[in-house]
Amino acid sequence: MDVKVNILRYNPETDRKGHWEEYILEADPDERILDLLHKVKWFDDGSLAFRRSCAHGVCGSDAMIVNGENMLACQVLVKEVSTPIKIEPIRGLPVIKDLVVNMDSFFDSYKKVMPFLVNDDEPGERERLQSPEDRDRFEDTTKCILCAACTTSCPVFWTADTYVGPAAIVNAHRFVFDSRDNASKQRLEILQDIDGAFRCRTAFNCTTACPRGIQVTKAIEDVKRETLTIN
Amino acid sequence: MKVVRHSFDGVIVGAGGAGLRAAIEAAPHMKLAVITKLYPTRSHTGAAQGGMSAALANVEEDNWNWHAFDTVKGSDYLADQPAVDILCKEAIDSVVELEHWGLPFSRLENGKIAQRRFGGHTVKEGEAPAFRACYAADRTGHMILQTLYQKCVSMGVTFFDEFQVLDIKIDDGVCKGVIAYEVATGDIHIFEARAVTFATGGFGKIYKVSSNAHSLTGDGPGILYQKGIPLEDMEFYQFHPTGIYRLGILLSEAARGEGGILRNKDGERFMERYAPSIKDLAPRDMVSRAIATEISEGNGAGPNNDFVYLDLTHLGAETIKQKLPDITDFVRTYVKIEPIDEPIPVQPTAHYAMGGIPTDVEARVLSDANGTILPGVYSAGESACVSVHGANRLGTNSLLDIVVFGKRAGQSMVDYVSSTKPMSLSDNAAEDLSNKINKLMSKEHSLEFSVPRIREELQDSMEENAKIFRTEDSLGKQTEILADLRDRYQNITISDKGKVFNTELLEAIELEYLLDMSDTTVASALHRKESRGAHSRVDHVERDDKNWLKHSFAFKNGNSVKLDYKDVELGNYEPKERKY
Repeated sequence: MDVKVNILRYNPETDRKGHWEEYILEADPDERILDLLHKVKWFDDGSLAFRRSCAHGVCGSDAMIVNGENMLACQVLVKEVSTPIKIEPIRGLPVIKDLVVNMDSFFDSYKKVMPFLVNDDEPGERERLQSPEDRDRFEDTTKCILCAACTTSCPVFWTADTYVGPAAIVNAHRFVFDSRDNASKQRLEILQDIDGAFRCRTAFNCTTACPRGIQVTKAIEDVKRETLTIN
Repeated sequence: MKVVRHSFDGVIVGAGGAGLRAAIEAAPHMKLAVITKLYPTRSHTGAAQGGMSAALANVEEDNWNWHAFDTVKGSDYLADQPAVDILCKEAIDSVVELEHWGLPFSRLENGKIAQRRFGGHTVKEGEAPAFRACYAADRTGHMILQTLYQKCVSMGVTFFDEFQVLDIKIDDGVCKGVIAYEVATGDIHIFEARAVTFATGGFGKIYKVSSNAHSLTGDGPGILYQKGIPLEDMEFYQFHPTGIYRLGILLSEAARGEGGILRNKDGERFMERYAPSIKDLAPRDMVSRAIATEISEGNGAGPNNDFVYLDLTHLGAETIKQKLPDITDFVRTYVKIEPIDEPIPVQPTAHYAMGGIPTDVEARVLSDANGTILPGVYSAGESACVSVHGANRLGTNSLLDIVVFGKRAGQSMVDYVSSTKPMSLSDNAAEDLSNKINKLMSKEHSLEFSVPRIREELQDSMEENAKIFRTEDSLGKQTEILADLRDRYQNITISDKGKVFNTELLEAIELEYLLDMSDTTVASALHRKESRGAHSRVDHVERDDKNWLKHSFAFKNGNSVKLDYKDVELGNYEPKERKY
């Protein structure tokens, strides 16, 4: 079948602003949106820029907006979207070229929440013990692949880029609710700041956008509630 | 072209499990940079699913000697046994260390790390399948990658994200640094560094149907091969039995570890005929051969009889949800079937390179078959060949390999840096790379010599002629095809002449590495006139320990390949017939 694809193109070396270009591609309904981008790049215009690596939804490289919604291009099939297929870069981060955005501020926010286990107790020669129930408390948020689909779908983030955003809070959640961690209080203090969790207005865009099915808004609510316990 | 200079003691190329583990070891002791062409968390370690083996004995009696026996037998006796002993012995502390750093392993009721069965892992040297694979649901690699990156963040390790290393500088046999290309700007960066570790992963993109990421193009092995360093055991490439039909996306062996069964078009559990004792949990080379045999004998399913089924329907919804959530989601996403109710169409998929950059057990790179060390250069993980996997790697041992030998690479960098003085590189160190790039940028584009076309022919022909079963004819034919592709590569052209995010340029350079990987794979396979592990010669079906209990070393010789050999290091286990 022939598929009409519109891609928002921008080349900083030649363009003053972005413009839409249309491509008519021969495609199989079972192909991924990523396959369509490869068809353009490999057989039509080699300058089309996008990130991708694993091509099956685990590396988090290819978050983009397809027909108005954030998703991973490798995780959605042609037959699941309406045509013409409109593809544009995720919102709220500066565009470098075509579908590639600058991720620096996204990873800076992630690093702000101390995304690592803090426990200075002597652990002994074997593993620390953790019950399956305690392990389950943060299972959902361990799935995050830092693709930025959630953060760049958030209307608060679009207007206030100092907001740490859903992804950073998800990664704080992963440690705040880990029974082995000793730094919850410090993390929660960071997140009760003006640019922290309480900026969330529960729009639920992040939950819809997450390609890993994480209940992002719920995780943010869990963190907000936990913040109340430290004061 | 803008050239930027940096001065470090050590540089690690690649930020998957092996690179990050090396960084954790080295960073406190030197000025260190980790350079990755992706972001660290995009590395393909994150796609590993089923587990990481260590004889923790949390579920049942186990010890590392049994793990070593299984690894050696699984390798079809080609692994170097002293290296395997290190792998299996250090496995236990490595898992515990990751747990201490926060890795969220799945847990048993008593709070200890959960362990599951996996292919080729047994208790008491073959008696029964062993519960040895430590896991975090079916996303163990994701958790290892995240945990190691988190540890690096906590330590303040310096990263250069989306910088692609494309050259190494070795003067008079001594390493002086690497040259990298900054993807976002097109600038060239000179990194002075007297210790360099390559942890660049595999090269599964030489095949058409592959579980590997697009980024796995053999960059580290390719860079060194072009400098005259040999590649070891390249004929041994692993095909994972259960890739999603046509797509090649990996469905973990954990699916069979949890009780999944392979069936042919008649619903027969055919592995009972090929491996009567451990059946579906036989090592990957045997299961992939069994599937290929079923298909070639007309027992494959579907209109073209070209796949078999992975049946999980008897496991129950709860087990699938708890223990195999991700892979069953892949099936729902890409095949649109419900694995709780229906069997999944699968076929073998190109998965893992047992071969690669030759190293000793300290991760030091060797420059010939006599064990000569190349000072200052190290490699670990899939890009390296120690050899702990021999002719066939057991499932879960790759995640183990990256942490055990990643750590050793980091330690070796520390030892070397502390006993040597800084090296300097002149501004013209970037000249070779600048010339290569300028040549690609200045040539007029022609579709006939475009990257995708040559790459597609490469992948299709490797799939056809150098996959699971090989013959003198198929490999000879592939040698000719590769020579033709190599000729055409000399005239390669690109259409994008820009500086910013010019990934077409990088794909062109990566294609040369893919050709190098294919040349060495085919030449090594053509010369090895026996069948061992993943290397199956239809015209030489027996294993031949008298002539071939040795590692191959493939050297670049102009545009062809020259081979040399080194004896396998044996240990406790004498080669025996390999039966399961």
